[in-house]
Amino acid sequence: MEEKIAIENLYKIFGPHPEKAIKLLKEGQTKDQIMEKTKHGVGVADASFVVNEGEILVVMGLSGSGKSTLIRCINRLIEPTSGKVIVNGEDVTSLSPERLRMFRQHHFGMVFQNFALFPHRTVIKNVEYGLEVQNVDPNIRYERSMQALEQVGLKGWEDVYPAQLSGGMQQRVGLARALALDADIMLMDEAFSALDPLIRRDMQDELLALQESVHKTIVFISHDLDEALKLGDRIVLMKDGVIVQEGTAEEILTNPANDYVAKFVEEVDMSKVITAESVMVKPAAIASFKTDGPRAAMRKMKHAGISSIFVRHEGNLIGMVTADSVIEAIKNGEKSLESSLIKDLPTVSPDTRAIDLFQHLAELSYPLAVVDENKKLKGIIIKGTLLAALAEGRHNGGTE
Amino acid sequence: MEQFKIPIGSVIEGIINFFVDHFAFLTKAFSKVTEHGIEMLVNLMMFFPPWLLILFFAALAYILTKKRGIVLFTFLGLCLIWNLGLWPPTVSTLSLVLISTLFAIAIGVPLGILAAISNIFYRIIMPILDFMQTMPAFVYLIPAIPFFGLGPVAAIFSTVIFSMPPAIRLTCLGIKQVPKELVEAADAFGSSKAQKLFKLQLPIATPTIMAGINQTIMLALSMVVIAAMIGAKGLGGEVWKAIQRLQPDKGFEAGIGIVIVAIILDRIMQQFGTKKES
Repeated sequence: MEEKIAIENLYKIFGPHPEKAIKLLKEGQTKDQIMEKTKHGVGVADASFVVNEGEILVVMGLSGSGKSTLIRCINRLIEPTSGKVIVNGEDVTSLSPERLRMFRQHHFGMVFQNFALFPHRTVIKNVEYGLEVQNVDPNIRYERSMQALEQVGLKGWEDVYPAQLSGGMQQRVGLARALALDADIMLMDEAFSALDPLIRRDMQDELLALQESVHKTIVFISHDLDEALKLGDRIVLMKDGVIVQEGTAEEILTNPANDYVAKFVEEVDMSKVITAESVMVKPAAIASFKTDGPRAAMRKMKHAGISSIFVRHEGNLIGMVTADSVIEAIKNGEKSLESSLIKDLPTVSPDTRAIDLFQHLAELSYPLAVVDENKKLKGIIIKGTLLAALAEGRHNGGTE
Repeated sequence: MEQFKIPIGSVIEGIINFFVDHFAFLTKAFSKVTEHGIEMLVNLMMFFPPWLLILFFAALAYILTKKRGIVLFTFLGLCLIWNLGLWPPTVSTLSLVLISTLFAIAIGVPLGILAAISNIFYRIIMPILDFMQTMPAFVYLIPAIPFFGLGPVAAIFSTVIFSMPPAIRLTCLGIKQVPKELVEAADAFGSSKAQKLFKLQLPIATPTIMAGINQTIMLALSMVVIAAMIGAKGLGGEVWKAIQRLQPDKGFEAGIGIVIVAIILDRIMQQFGTKKES
């Protein structure tokens, strides 16, 4: 993966003498202390991270954590106090106003929390805005905008005014407006926060589906950890203008950098986040269809202290046998596991969510096999270990 | 206290004299041209028979407002004016209002835009506007005479000065009231200042600007009446004559004419301001 955006030691201080505040920050003073002493607001303090091409990076934090300031520093809607923002190898902070304008036109599509649609323009005219500013030929403009509208499922609404649309539909227009530009980067500032929960979830799903086909580099701002976990390939967590942790959803959940992150994480419903891959264990023993007969299988089970065993053939999972059926086969003097093999096993893929695992496990009296797309056995899930993993993930029992 | 008088008056007189000495030939020439313009407009309107023009105004009211009440009022009101024998002065008042309003808009709206964009200009112009609006309207009549001579152009000059402030103020206000997020969105898509102005700020500010223009028209009408004192003709002239001759009947008739014209202009312009919003 290639680096698309690199943010290096970015500071944004609000006030007439930012250098004073930066000095205090470097001495280890907090945002509140600096506010009290110098009357300077700390927006972003020493932020550094990268966004890789084609990924969704979620910057998450509570209100006042500086996340909105940070995203605006990327396209300089807010002028950073110091530090660098490097996009496609070019330092955005050093661009002249005119170059910056061009850069915004071609590289940044932005979606806003309160939609920020132009009320005097129809839906299609809103979507066309970015291209209009670039002086794109009206026919091409129209065509590309219609395409963007189609992508967000609003075909047929082009001549309506934004005020006539519901919130969810308005934000689709906002999304289409950013998509029509065909910019490589999308900046989404709490894009779904103003929508009610059900519609928000739909929009999240749609964004993910859309991303499958457009492969933009997306910086998404959110105050909702569930949203961050769902959308983010990686997550940057902010507090008081400082980045407190950066990593994948899993890393943040299982290994919070400090109490602040841990507190956040506590509120997450772990069963929605944990996947089969993270709770599966290595099977204690596996029988090989080719080399193990009933007796060998029986011995392996006895040795491992289990009452059923998965059977593999050339690396692939083909079924399982239980202790009872194997004893039967031995009595009948059979040489292979063929007759006692249970073939139609329920299996799950490594990225199945824990919440769905429960359903599978409830119906089974034996462990659940986790296999990849080639039927290769990756691990097994035992009821007990799943519950233990959830309990552990919640840090000694969350509230839910 | 009065032994040493601070020479405000003489300084202003000096300034005005300086400008009169050096620029009066320009303003006088301008005055000639404008006077011809006014004459042409009046002659054009007087060329048509009053009933045709009344029908024309009623039709215009219908096209602009689509409201039956306003159309009816326009028609009946103008017929009353015609009946009172006030048609020629009404036409001349209308032309004066029209011309001064056009000047006031042509100068005021760009100044308002400038005030909205530039903070420095805003800080300079706002106190000037306060000054312009609180200064009694009559005072503007005095310097108008040496520059433009007695007559309609001097009246227009003082009318423009008097009626311009709301156009500037409300244009500026309308642009400043455009929601910040929208301006931010326009910026985020890389709009130039001109694109932002014409594609976003002016369209959204239009109802407010229209309200300003409405006020400008109303102020222009009231000033055109006052300007009768320096030789502007029209309904104001009729009132002025009635005062000098102590004829309350004529005075009230002309006054009613002014009220009718004011109501018609106001109602039509108000429609303009609110039409955009739906």
